[in-house]
Amino acid sequence: MSAPASPSLRRTPLFGRHQAAGARLVGFAGWEMPVHYQGARAEHIAVREACGIFDVSHMGQIETSGPQAQALLQRLLSNDLTAISFGVGPDGGQGTGGAQYSVLCREDGGVLDDLFTYRLDSERYLTVTNAANHGRDLHWFRAHAREFPQAQVSDLIEDYAMLAVQGPRARELVQAISDSPLPRRMTASRRRLAGAEALVCGTGYTGEDGVELLCAPEDAPLLWDEIVRRGAVPAGLAARDTLRLEACYCLYGNELSLERGPIEAGLGWCCREHTGFIGATAVAAAREAGPAEMLVAFALQEPGIARAGNAVLGGGEVTSGTLSPSLRRGIGMAYVPAARAAVGTRLEIDVRGKMRAAVIEQKPLYRKAS
Amino acid sequence: MAEASYPEDLLYHPEHDWARVEGEQATLGITWFAQDALGEVVFFEPPAVGTSVAKDAAYTEVESVKAVSDVIAPLSGEIVEVNGALAENPQAINEDPYGDGWLVRVRLSDPSEREALMDAASYVSSLAS
Repeated sequence: MSAPASPSLRRTPLFGRHQAAGARLVGFAGWEMPVHYQGARAEHIAVREACGIFDVSHMGQIETSGPQAQALLQRLLSNDLTAISFGVGPDGGQGTGGAQYSVLCREDGGVLDDLFTYRLDSERYLTVTNAANHGRDLHWFRAHAREFPQAQVSDLIEDYAMLAVQGPRARELVQAISDSPLPRRMTASRRRLAGAEALVCGTGYTGEDGVELLCAPEDAPLLWDEIVRRGAVPAGLAARDTLRLEACYCLYGNELSLERGPIEAGLGWCCREHTGFIGATAVAAAREAGPAEMLVAFALQEPGIARAGNAVLGGGEVTSGTLSPSLRRGIGMAYVPAARAAVGTRLEIDVRGKMRAAVIEQKPLYRKAS
Repeated sequence: MAEASYPEDLLYHPEHDWARVEGEQATLGITWFAQDALGEVVFFEPPAVGTSVAKDAAYTEVESVKAVSDVIAPLSGEIVEVNGALAENPQAINEDPYGDGWLVRVRLSDPSEREALMDAASYVSSLAS
């Protein structure tokens, strides 16, 4: 049974909203967060069919600015930051910047974190970190910023609350409180929402369309209330996890770690070794040689639920597993030997002593019928 | 069920399991507190009829969205019947933990073990502490 939440846990500005909504609150990466409200399955379905709203204020923010901001980030992040643009709107209004996913690697290619970076201005970028890694990421950014004296690194975790509004109706609900059209997918721009200033980002972690909103902590309850009032269903960490797993997004600590590189995790697409990022040599070598194991998505062929840590017969291990609310089957991701990682390959997974049959499937496991 | 309930006619184990003793047999399940802490149960595969269960030891597992949890036997015995309906409808464990959500029925090997279990009032006060 879950232990009572420790008094040392941090609370987001929406803690009172979660309590009032009857959330079950748990400790997560040092924060007291809602794991579910009325039920994780209904929250999951609400995101797939209409709209859910998540408090993700536990996530961290690092701003990198100055004439060498891009050069510093190009050294730190695996992707090619020069590929994301920044432009002022045709009406001369709010500028819109690109968004980009990348990993932060050590020299040996081990993954320190996976992150989204948003371009706020020609010389200003905002990087969103995983809660558990924020301190380590910040230290890493600052240590390497010494080689880039014209780049400033600022910890903005106290300056931002963050809401994810996700699902086929998400844009419509947020648009209703916005002063101008919302930025497109994979772009970010400032808007006034219900009178409050927010950075609206066309990104998410659910496999649905939607937006993520970064705002001042004191404005978060107002935005939450306005969006919930229009029909968004409050959704917790449990639904966030089943949604991201159906979409086959990596979770740091499960699929990603210092012991795994981006190539074996299937994240070669966000690594541009020609930029010379820290770890590029190791990543290039892994890409050239081919990794010993690959991250695959699987679905069970019988009842049961494989969980993180379950062994795959013949080598490999499950990194995440759940019962998919959309597919109504046990699903998950696992590292398996590269020679047996092809789609269609049958797996036997040791689920606490019972062997369960599974098949490697195409990623993502859940795709919107279009 | 939304509201906590702990029927008077059951015996309770500190690991949040209940037993309804009827003569030489007992029906076993998990308490309202346990199902509430787990969240929605999404999978239950009953143990085999004929399996022995030992008081205070895990005899099966229930799976919620987030995790798998061991279920502890409040009494010792041999499983004589299992709730097969839970394979199709595991959420009965949440909706009706003392009725349709029962897990197994056992023939007791030592009926005197029941003396070590709590009545509803003791169990409820143990939850408050």
